[in-house]
Amino acid sequence: MSYSANQLKNGLKVMVDGDPCSMQQVEFVKPGKGQAFTRVKMRNLLTGRVWERTFKSNESLEGADVVECDMEYLYKDGDMYNFMVPVTYEQYAVEESAVGDSAKWLKDNTTCIITLWNDRAIVVTPPNFVELEVTETDPGLKGDTAQGGSKPATLSTGALVRVPLFIEEGELLRIDTRTGEYVSRASKA
Amino acid sequence: MKYGPFLLGRTNILNIDLWQPSATIETLRKRGQLLADIRVFFALRDVLEVDVPVLSQAAVSDPFIDAMRVEYRHFVEDISSDFFLQSSPEYAMKRLLAAGSGCIYQMSKVFRNGEIGRKHNPEFTMLEWYRLDFDEHQLMDEVAHLIASVTAITGIQKLSYKAVFKHYLDLDINCASDELLAQTMRKHIEVIGDYDRDGWLNLLMSHCIEPQLKGAVFIYDYPASQAALAKVKQDCEGIAVAARFELFIDGVELANGYHELTDSYEQLRRFEADQQQRAQLNLPQRPIDMRLVEALSQGMPNCAGVALGVDRLLMIALKKEHIKEVLPFDIERA
Repeated sequence: MSYSANQLKNGLKVMVDGDPCSMQQVEFVKPGKGQAFTRVKMRNLLTGRVWERTFKSNESLEGADVVECDMEYLYKDGDMYNFMVPVTYEQYAVEESAVGDSAKWLKDNTTCIITLWNDRAIVVTPPNFVELEVTETDPGLKGDTAQGGSKPATLSTGALVRVPLFIEEGELLRIDTRTGEYVSRASKA
Repeated sequence: MKYGPFLLGRTNILNIDLWQPSATIETLRKRGQLLADIRVFFALRDVLEVDVPVLSQAAVSDPFIDAMRVEYRHFVEDISSDFFLQSSPEYAMKRLLAAGSGCIYQMSKVFRNGEIGRKHNPEFTMLEWYRLDFDEHQLMDEVAHLIASVTAITGIQKLSYKAVFKHYLDLDINCASDELLAQTMRKHIEVIGDYDRDGWLNLLMSHCIEPQLKGAVFIYDYPASQAALAKVKQDCEGIAVAARFELFIDGVELANGYHELTDSYEQLRRFEADQQQRAQLNLPQRPIDMRLVEALSQGMPNCAGVALGVDRLLMIALKKEHIKEVLPFDIERA
């Protein structure tokens, strides 16, 4: 499937210089006198780079075979992260570079969105919220449950987050993975 | 609703979600009022409304405007001949001027292939008018009066083409090399391929300058190479420039005007240059409007003319983001 530049739409994935890229902002630019262009802000799905390029409107671009799929995180084996499609039990070994910063939120059985390009995992997106246990932090200050102030805490996955002063080791916390910020205490199941 | 058998094979119009207008009825009332106000403006100034054909045997020569081709037949089984939906009423209006019409305006639909986006619809409403014995600066004043009388927009700035490049990109267009233009462009946005000087100037204008233009601005004294159908004259430094202006409001290109070329030989030369550029770019050749050339040779009066996008004017006045919000039905719903 190929597209001409003036068929590009937000969210469409096409090949640019050999890499799959996702279109983020598309604008048709055509002065009354002058050539037509399609100005695009896009994201390289392999490197994460976001940049702007302008295409001649008749330039042709190959569609990228990119799909997103829910998968459960199983375990880490050397440099590879292993995921499984829950419905089919099909397993995927994902390279460290594709997991990137998401690694610090991965706990066994966490369901993530895996972006596949030609059946190769290229991006791992964790759920917006995860619940993780505090493994290390300074002792909590009793009674100080409402005031401001925070301290660092290490979570079971190795992630470091700022938490309120009253949090104790062993507590389960709800974290927003998009900002990396503490949200609340979570009740233990 | 049930569809009868006469609709079989016409499933393309059965996307029933798109039956509704793309503009609200409230906006369409304001649109109707705008069209009426514009007509009053010209009636008070004794400018005659005309309605020249939108279907013509000739098409615009500009290589970057693609006219829509229409098949005309004398009877259904006849071999068709090509007509073109006009991209502006300019050529026919100039023939009226040469025939002694005096000052005229037309407000009508025009058509341009492939132009679709937030600020473009392939069919749109253009207001075009010609004023005898005006130059481009007198016409800019009248454009400003029109805008002020039909919207709340007043106080339009005036800057030369040279001055906007200096101000926004720190480029002196009279000295800058093509390589420097390309480099400046690539600092802002990635561009593949190579362009001629006007190509780079247009890219810089449309991608780097226009989005930064705030409020209402006339830009005048375009490079002589971008004269289109404007006279070429000398600016205050003695450099040849086109007697052409454009109006931008909040970065949207709204109007394009000229102190009109009246020399038939020069007109023919520009048509031929456009045909050559079309050939170089592998674009289709279009029939040259020799009737316009002939009209100029009979004598077209000294005048200035301007074309203004009425839909865009309404978009700006009502602060709408997309042109479809001011059209009864955009192309997708047409």
